[in-house]
Amino acid sequence: MSVWIDKLVVAGREFESRLIVGTGKFASNQLMAEAIRASCAEIVTVALRRVDIENDQDDMLRVIDRDSTLLLPNTSGARDAEEAIRLARLARAATGIEWLKLEVTPNPYHLLPDPIETLRAAEVLVKEGFVVLPYINADPVLARRLEECGAATVMPLASPIGSNQGLKTRDAIGIIIEQSTVPVVVDAGLGLPSHAADAMEMGADAVLVNTGIATAEDPVGMAVAFKLAVEAGRRGFCAGAQGPGQNAAASSPLTGFLGETSPADTN
Amino acid sequence: MNPSFLPILEDLRLDGTDGRWADRMADVTPQDVEGALARPPGRYSFDRLLILVSPAAQAYLEAMAQQSHRLTIQRFGKTISLFAPLYLSSHCCNICTYCGFSSESKTERKRLSVDEAVAEADIVAAEGFSDLLLVSSEDRHAVNTPYLVELAHRLRDRFSSLSIEIQQLRQEEYARLFAAGIEGVTFYQESYDRVVYGQYHLAGPKADYDRRVRGPEEIAATGMRRIGLGVLLGLANWREETLALAEHGAFLMKHFCRSQISFSFPRLRPAQDVESQQFQHLLGDRDLVQMILALRLCFADAGLVMSTREPAAFRDALVKLGVTKMSAGSKTNPGGYGEETPSLEQFSVDDQRSAGEVAAMIRSQGFESVWKDWDAAFAAAGG
Repeated sequence: MSVWIDKLVVAGREFESRLIVGTGKFASNQLMAEAIRASCAEIVTVALRRVDIENDQDDMLRVIDRDSTLLLPNTSGARDAEEAIRLARLARAATGIEWLKLEVTPNPYHLLPDPIETLRAAEVLVKEGFVVLPYINADPVLARRLEECGAATVMPLASPIGSNQGLKTRDAIGIIIEQSTVPVVVDAGLGLPSHAADAMEMGADAVLVNTGIATAEDPVGMAVAFKLAVEAGRRGFCAGAQGPGQNAAASSPLTGFLGETSPADTN
Repeated sequence: MNPSFLPILEDLRLDGTDGRWADRMADVTPQDVEGALARPPGRYSFDRLLILVSPAAQAYLEAMAQQSHRLTIQRFGKTISLFAPLYLSSHCCNICTYCGFSSESKTERKRLSVDEAVAEADIVAAEGFSDLLLVSSEDRHAVNTPYLVELAHRLRDRFSSLSIEIQQLRQEEYARLFAAGIEGVTFYQESYDRVVYGQYHLAGPKADYDRRVRGPEEIAATGMRRIGLGVLLGLANWREETLALAEHGAFLMKHFCRSQISFSFPRLRPAQDVESQQFQHLLGDRDLVQMILALRLCFADAGLVMSTREPAAFRDALVKLGVTKMSAGSKTNPGGYGEETPSLEQFSVDDQRSAGEVAAMIRSQGFESVWKDWDAAFAAAGG
């Protein structure tokens, strides 16, 4: 039974699931495959540097069910635009996959994305026909610039990757969601199912989770928990979650000049 | 290709082909209104606005006013910006049956040369204005792009902000004007109701409804800094018009985030050969206040503009209700600032006070009147 109430549409392609999962940090490829199945994710991102993308029998690739999931190669490890572009071209030449999660992270410790190199790479790759899903800091202006250059989504981080801190960039992500004309996928830092639900309740179109599932004691159980949290958050958003109430502050009347009588309302 | 608002308008059936919005608004309950007012103000959704412009919400104007007042101060401070209109021509090739300049109106016309317009502008500048709105009827062979470019070059040093409210131009013409230093365009749809639009715009280029709807997106695509939207209140059901207007504004904000959107509230007033009794949908004061408040509660950062069409006492009360910009000391006839016997006006000015008197009124309410809120240095060089 599908419990999704509306579909995610990215670059014209429909997905039932709004949970995207990563493939790093699992204790085994078998466990990874089971967790992906349990998550019901339809988009699975894989680091080009981790796999032999040309080889169908690659240990990681062969356990991913390519019929039920879209393989989304990512450029994790690229330090600048040139490296990311080169990786992307090689991957497409080998596999024909045009979808690309663009990651440009010059600093290997915090893995924060470089906005300038990311935009430069996106401009080139979009022109070359790639479906580009850029990983970015939660910067609304950058998100807008990427949209304008043709990015298929924007993927702002909730907090530094792998930090499991949840939505530290809440206010900026709120602005990105408000203004975006492409799907907003909250990526990085969502360590708990409640973090994912939080992002979905705000109106994010999807979330990407890797560490939170891969490093749990029971990755398969956690994958189910994230799936349910994402569904719950989406349903909460669609149902019109009520925010905190407005405390009315007493002040002098502002509409007294209109008088008491209400005119006949002919309109 | 620009992103287009027309299909959205048609999909929502806000172009007057369906009565279901009126039905939905009639079904709004007091509980719905209280629920909407319990949520943080300032964010737009169609459903929220529908509740706030519903007949049921009219019983909540005081609560809406308090929220609007607080929100506007939070976003704009205690300020009201002042601007002046400068009418350039009353010659017109359109027949719009509500307008004093309609080409069928058999009265004397007037058109200012560039020199005459500069002389008028000098009078306006001497009153302290730095924000000038150049207004004209559709006198397309005289008040055209070369005329406006020349005028902009002559006025650029005298005014920090120049904007226009004239006939619809082509996108490349807006681009030329933007390059010449005109950074704002006021462009009213008049009515989003396709049938009503046709009933009032009988002939002339302005009679093309679809072209009119495309105007703001073409203006925005040039990078124009400010775009003023509005409907001529009184032509059609104001509640539905407000929904369409808000959708249009939200569309532009989403797709053209470099332009600031403002809403104006032109309410039909008597003009020569135009009797207000002929209009079925005139708004009472409570209606107009509800519209202003509902838009503010959905658009925290939109400019809300009030002209001198409205009476002084009403304008005074609006200072605290969410309005951010007002005209003052306006003359709505070409040459009106310099001449002693007035020529044909586009509409009657009700608030006849001078700019200084309006500024004093604003101060007396604890607000600051802002004369300069822009700088010509922002404008693109050259042109």
